[in-house]
Amino acid sequence: MEPMIDIQTSVNGANLSARVPARQTLVDFLRYHLELTGSHVGCEHGSCGACTIRLDGDIVRGCLVLAAQADGAAVETIEGLSDSGELADLQATFHARNALQCGYCTPGMLLTAQALLADNPAPSREEIRAYISGNYCRCTGYQAIVDAIESVAAARRGVIS
Amino acid sequence: MSDTPPHGPLHAVLDRPNSYIGRSVPRPNVRRLLQGRGNYVDDIRLPRMVHVAFVRSPYAHARIDGIDTAAALNSPGVVAVVTGAELAEYCTPWVGVLSHLAGLKSQPQHAIAIQKASWQGEAVAAVVAETRAQAEDGVDAVQVQWTELPIVADMETALDDQTPVIHPDLGDNLAWQRSFEAGDVDAAFAAGTVVDEEFSFGRHTGVTVEPRAILSSYEPAEGRLTVHHSCQAPHMMQNIFATHLGLEEHDVRVICGDVGGSYGIKVHAYADEMATAALSVMLRRPVKFIADRLESFLTDIHARDHRVRARMAISESGKILGIEIDDLTGIGPYSVYPRTSGIEANQIVNLTGAQYTCGNYRAKTTVVFQNKVPMCQYRAVGHPIATAVTEGLVDAAAAAIGMDPIEVRRRNLIPDDAYPCTAATGLSFEGLSHHRALARLVELMDYDSLRAEQERLRGDGIYRGIGIATFIELTNPSAMFYGVGGARISAQDGCTLRLDAKGNVICTTGVTEQGQGAEAVMAQVTATAVGVTIDKVRVITGDTDVVPYGGGTWASRAAGIGGEAAVQAGKALRENILKVAGIILQAEPETLDIREGRVVDGADGNDRIGLDEVGRIAYYRADTLPKDFQSELVATRHYVPKLFPFAFTNGVQASWLEVDIETGFVTLLKHWAVEDCGTVINPQLVDEQIRGGVVQGIGGALFEHCLYDDHGQLLNGSMMDYLTPMAAEMPDIEVAHVETPTADSELGAKGAGEAGTAGAPAAVLNAINDALMPLDVRLNIHPATPERILAALGTVG
Ligand code: FES
Ligand code: FES
Repeated sequence: MEPMIDIQTSVNGANLSARVPARQTLVDFLRYHLELTGSHVGCEHGSCGACTIRLDGDIVRGCLVLAAQADGAAVETIEGLSDSGELADLQATFHARNALQCGYCTPGMLLTAQALLADNPAPSREEIRAYISGNYCRCTGYQAIVDAIESVAAARRGVIS
Repeated sequence: MSDTPPHGPLHAVLDRPNSYIGRSVPRPNVRRLLQGRGNYVDDIRLPRMVHVAFVRSPYAHARIDGIDTAAALNSPGVVAVVTGAELAEYCTPWVGVLSHLAGLKSQPQHAIAIQKASWQGEAVAAVVAETRAQAEDGVDAVQVQWTELPIVADMETALDDQTPVIHPDLGDNLAWQRSFEAGDVDAAFAAGTVVDEEFSFGRHTGVTVEPRAILSSYEPAEGRLTVHHSCQAPHMMQNIFATHLGLEEHDVRVICGDVGGSYGIKVHAYADEMATAALSVMLRRPVKFIADRLESFLTDIHARDHRVRARMAISESGKILGIEIDDLTGIGPYSVYPRTSGIEANQIVNLTGAQYTCGNYRAKTTVVFQNKVPMCQYRAVGHPIATAVTEGLVDAAAAAIGMDPIEVRRRNLIPDDAYPCTAATGLSFEGLSHHRALARLVELMDYDSLRAEQERLRGDGIYRGIGIATFIELTNPSAMFYGVGGARISAQDGCTLRLDAKGNVICTTGVTEQGQGAEAVMAQVTATAVGVTIDKVRVITGDTDVVPYGGGTWASRAAGIGGEAAVQAGKALRENILKVAGIILQAEPETLDIREGRVVDGADGNDRIGLDEVGRIAYYRADTLPKDFQSELVATRHYVPKLFPFAFTNGVQASWLEVDIETGFVTLLKHWAVEDCGTVINPQLVDEQIRGGVVQGIGGALFEHCLYDDHGQLLNGSMMDYLTPMAAEMPDIEVAHVETPTADSELGAKGAGEAGTAGAPAAVLNAINDALMPLDVRLNIHPATPERILAALGTVG
């Protein structure tokens, strides 16, 4: 039988223990074991960013982290960050600006945007473009996403755009 | 982002108080996507579901001498290992031909290859297991004995006598050939200055971020198949599954939930998806297949592998006298089912030069088989090639006679007052606006200042270029596109609207949503035509058990065709509601209107009764209505374009970029697009379709290329190695509109989904060549990578 590993982790604030296959990626654990399917899988080789999740406060690629590595760590996903309201302004602005089409890249894009704004509350358009360049979006051509992030940054700084 | 008022001429039915037409309302049904609560195929899990992974050929062409499945069957979790011959008992083969592409031939294709594999990546066995990982372990344990066969890699030599024939039954490697001639081409070329160019276009692919995905569930007691499918045309797939699995069409239900990108990639019958459906019948349980990224590159259709030799003759006064093209394309070993792999070539013949008045045109296309991934229709099918060839020739011709490229276009574009008219290739145009669009573009980009800036910077050794591309786009296709050739692909689409007892309107439609905003368009049209606020409309798409019969979303048809069906259904439902209201209010229905969900007096807008009250009485208190009256608070209407086979649109794009002649790198500085898609229903959605399309076109022009070696091996089949546009390299794109509604429908909308991709590659390549003009260098090769630019400059060998 394939080797299994016991882990204790917290996902979106809830503690849980699980026995996971040693080779299972964290994104597969979230999707198939916990049925948190908001983190998407686009490449499984660290390129597309669709699997972006937060591990102990930093964004990581859920396809490049093993579920076993989440032992003792805090995992946050798009579902948890939606329920907590942390992304509410980004989500509303993405909606108003049509910064999503098929929506497959969107959870990863939102988590990445939130990380950018935590690092840099007043990014230029070029800085936004550079920061999200690890996230593929094949639908939008990116401009609407850049617009949305730029306007949320301004709103959070209290600047009326 | 703010709502803008309608800015096109509207038919009375939509020019109503509180019309939503022309307003940038946000899309319905996307909050779930923003919260990670969508319903993509891989998000669905069914009881007793198993996963399939495929054993794929490592060779481009090889005979299968034997498949040893014993070890795989013993692998943990493996449920079944199935070969092509075994699966053929459950799924009949298909042939991707259409009768209106006369002479097109192809070999029968099986869900899983039998006897031999014809491209690297073709499936030769399936392993079904409890988990995807276990299925992949099983794949590793399958032993296939192969004998490599000689391969056909290069399309240029595919028809040579020495080249082996891939399918001996077909006699040769020629899939299709078409020639066309109009006017007096030889005389035209004898009379003017001639430019002669060879263009090449690299194979590329769609790279949907959600890979292809299917979950097929067979219920043996009733003999019913339910397929959750990431696709664009659920009714088409219903027919195909039924036909090839030997089921009745009404026993097949295709459900197309959220789709993570499609762009034409997900509108074809893929062998591995057919195999998944057949396996679910064979194993009598749900089977899921999710392509991984590496197999996506080896199995998603590729497109655009064309070489075009082209000539243009031009007079000293800038009149285009004649155009001649000779196109060659290699489509892989099979013509793809059911749309065929001849359409892109056919489009190139039909579309080249068709924006211009020139009547002397000769074209030939040759479509050959080769041992590479099958090619088929991908966003803007043929348009990027026809446009890049035409507009590349125009720029070369303009340079040859020393005329400004904008001026040459002005002198040759079909005049805006010449419509209706017919192009040299026989395409009929109802109404286009090339000159208005070009004038708008020149103003938007401030052409003269850019030229001055370019000149000034050249003095400093900075090479910037301006590229212009005018084009037409085929949208809203009638049955002349596929149906006429025998394909069971619906050109018509239906919409059913039902008033519920609370005054809400439920809209079901045959068009599908993959992110373009089709559901928003349907909601806007429905709300406007019925007279309710948009929050009262619920749109349902994608489920063949639920929605009216229709084609789905492809060829820029959803807004124009689906939207018009909603207009007509909305009118009918409003009439039905007003009949009930008339009885309740004892008023003539003609004197009443519906506004913002309430029945009002048409003349003065005085409030009479809410739709919730009409619904309540009709559904729960029919006893209070006359005995000889039956309320019908539902209406269905269908629509197919009738006056013209296609609603052609037009547009023009410009690219402003800088070429670093030391490194060959291209920096895109700005891109402009002026588009005429008829009535603009939702300006923001149209603009974002254009922008997304432009960026996909830029991908083909600068980055994207499926690279093969001489053995037919794909060299860059991963997201690490296959370059697509990322945010940092993309410019801001300014979009503007001219509106020439089609009179074929009351809505007047034409398509917009592919225009961006149609024009962008030509604009970018023309801009590169414009930048390099002082160095006397031209390159007509897509993608124009830094290496190729340096090679053209003679810097590298
Ligand atoms: S799935 Fe993890 S980066 Fe693509
Ligand atoms: S919205 Fe489709 S990939 Fe980004």
